[in-house]
Amino acid sequence: MASANVLHALYNDDDILMKAVKELRAKKYRIIDVYTPFPVHGLDKAMGLAPTRLAITSFLYGLVGLSVATLMMNYIMIEDWPRNIGGKPSFSYLQNMPAFVPIMFELTVFFAAHLMVITFYLRSKIWPFRKAENPDVRTTDDHFLIEVDAANHDLDELSKFLYDTGASEISLIHNEEHA
Amino acid sequence: MYTFSSKLRLFAIISMVLGLVGLVYGFLSVPHTVEEASAVLASHDAHHESESSESHEETNFIDEARQEHGYSEAAMSKDKDMGHNAHEDEEHMEHVLHQMQSKPWSAAFVAAFFFMMIALGALVFYAIQTAAQAGWSPVLFRVMEGITHYLLPGSIIVLLIVVFAGEHFYPWQNHELVAEDQILQDKSGYLNFPFWLIRSVIYVAGWNLYRFFARKNSLAMDTAEDDRPYKNLFKFSIYFLAFFLVTESTMAWDWFMSMTPHWYSTLYAWYILAGIMVSAVTVIAIVTVSLKAIGQLEFVNDSHLHDLAKFMFGFSIFWTYLWFGQFMLIWYANIPEEVTYFILRIQEYNPIFFGMLILNFVFPIVILMNSDFKRVSWFVVIAGTIILVGHYIDIFLLVMPSTVGPYWSFGITEFAAILFFLGLFILMVGLGLSRVSLRPKNNPFLVESEHFHY
Repeated sequence: MASANVLHALYNDDDILMKAVKELRAKKYRIIDVYTPFPVHGLDKAMGLAPTRLAITSFLYGLVGLSVATLMMNYIMIEDWPRNIGGKPSFSYLQNMPAFVPIMFELTVFFAAHLMVITFYLRSKIWPFRKAENPDVRTTDDHFLIEVDAANHDLDELSKFLYDTGASEISLIHNEEHA
Repeated sequence: MYTFSSKLRLFAIISMVLGLVGLVYGFLSVPHTVEEASAVLASHDAHHESESSESHEETNFIDEARQEHGYSEAAMSKDKDMGHNAHEDEEHMEHVLHQMQSKPWSAAFVAAFFFMMIALGALVFYAIQTAAQAGWSPVLFRVMEGITHYLLPGSIIVLLIVVFAGEHFYPWQNHELVAEDQILQDKSGYLNFPFWLIRSVIYVAGWNLYRFFARKNSLAMDTAEDDRPYKNLFKFSIYFLAFFLVTESTMAWDWFMSMTPHWYSTLYAWYILAGIMVSAVTVIAIVTVSLKAIGQLEFVNDSHLHDLAKFMFGFSIFWTYLWFGQFMLIWYANIPEEVTYFILRIQEYNPIFFGMLILNFVFPIVILMNSDFKRVSWFVVIAGTIILVGHYIDIFLLVMPSTVGPYWSFGITEFAAILFFLGLFILMVGLGLSRVSLRPKNNPFLVESEHFHY
C-alpha cells in the first residue's frame, strides 16, 4: 500500500470538511487520515473508522480500581490494623462497607480515567520526545487537512474534485521513502 | 396527530374504577377501636411469632455494628414517632391504632405523589430545556407537555390528601403533642397549620400557573408571526426554575420531612429532587418509545432516545449519590436522634430498603452503561420500568415508615392506589397528547433538533 503520491487538501470549516469527506468516500477515493484542530463530531463515522474500543478498556480499568480499593481497604482497616472509629469497630468489611464506598468510588474513577488516557497515548503512539507527525502546522490552529491517496488516480481529475468540495488549498506530496 | 385510542381510554377508566373501589375498601377496613387494633396485632403476631423469635436470635445489623446488644431497640423506644414495643401499654395501643388508621392515607399519598412528581419533573425538565435553549430536545416538547397535563388534577389531589390526612401524617399538627414537646414548640413558627397550608397552596398554584402559561405560549408559537411567544416562554421558564428550586425544597420539608418532625437532614430536598427528575425523564423516554412504536413521532430519531437514556443513567447515579450521602453520614455519626430514621427502615423494611438500591442503581448502571444499548428502545423500556418500580418503592419508604411505622404491608389498598392514579395518569396524559399535533412549529431550535445526530 505504499503510495507514491499523496494529496493534501486543506479546508477552513468543519462543515465543509465533513461534506468533503462524505463525497470523497462516495467516489471511492481512499482517505489516509484527517487532521483537525479540534474533535469534529461524526467525523469518525463519516470516515468509516471502526468504533473505538477505548470505552471497554475504561470499564475494565474501573473494575481493576474497584478491586484494588476493596483489597487495599480490607487489608488496611480490617486485617492489618482494625480500629474503632465512631463506635464502629472494623471486624468485617461488609459491615463497614459504607465507610469505604467513597474510597472505592474514587479509585474506580482514578484507575478508569488515568489508565484510559495512558492507553490512548500508547495506542496513538504518543510518548515523550516523539516528533509530531503533523503534515501542516496550521491544522493545530484553524485549518483542517485531508490526506488523500493519489496513487492510480488521475491527479488533475482528483485535484479538480477536491477543489469542488471546497478545499482552500491543495498540494501534492511526493513520498520519497515509499517510492 | 395522535388519537387517544378507545381501548387505552377504557383500560384507564377501568383501572381507575377498580382502584377507587380498592381505596374505599382500604379506608373502610381500618380498625376503629383499640380492641380491633389489638385483635389485628394478635393475629399478626401469631403469624410471625416463630419468625420474630428467630430474628431476635440472629444478630441485628445495628447492634452488631455498635457491638452493643439491644442498642437499636432501646434507641427506637426512645423515639416517640416510631415506638413499637410494649404491646400491653394502653397509650401505646392508641398509637398503634393511629398508625393502622394512617395506612390507607399513606397508600393513597404514595401513589398520588409518585404520579404527580412524574408530571412535575417533566415540567421542570421542559423548563430546563427551554431556559437552556437546548438544541436537541424541541421535537420532544409536545410529549413533555402531554405528560404535564396530569399536573393539575394530580397536584390538586396530592394537596387534598396532605391537607385532610392531618395528624395521620404530621404529628406537629397534634396540639397535645406540641404542648409537651419543647422541640416542636420551637419549630412551631414554621410548622404551624395556617402557614403550612398557605405554603402548600402556593407550591401547587405556582407550578400549575407555569404549566398554563408555558403551554399557552408553546401553542401560540405554532401560529405566531413573530418570536414573542418564544421569548415569553423563555422568560417564564427561568422564573419558574427559580421558583421551583425553592418550593421543591420547602415542599420536601413540609410534605415529607415534617412527618418525623424531630428528625432532619439537609440533603433531603435534593434527594427527593433527584428521584423526581429520574422518574420524569424515564416516563418521557417510555412515552416517546410508545408513540414511536405506533408510528407517531417519525421526526424523533434514536439520537434523541440516546440522550434521554443518558439522562436516565445520569440521574439514577445522581439519586444514588444523594441517597448514599445522606445514609453514610447518619450511619457513621450514629446519633440516636438521627439514626432512628434508618434503624426503622433497615429493621422493618429490610428487603425493600436494600432491594430498592439494586433497582435504582445496579440495574440502570448495568443496563444503560453501554452506549449502543441506549439506542435500543426495548432496552430503554426495560430499564425504565425497573427505575419506575424502584422509585415507587423510594417514595413508599419516604412515607410509610414515618406514618405507619412497622405496621406496613403491600396489599389491596396500596395496589388499588397505584391502579387509580395510573388510570388517571394515562387518561390525562393521553388526552394531553391527543389535543394538538405532536410536531411543534416555529420553535427556533426545531430544525436543529430534527437534524440532531450523535
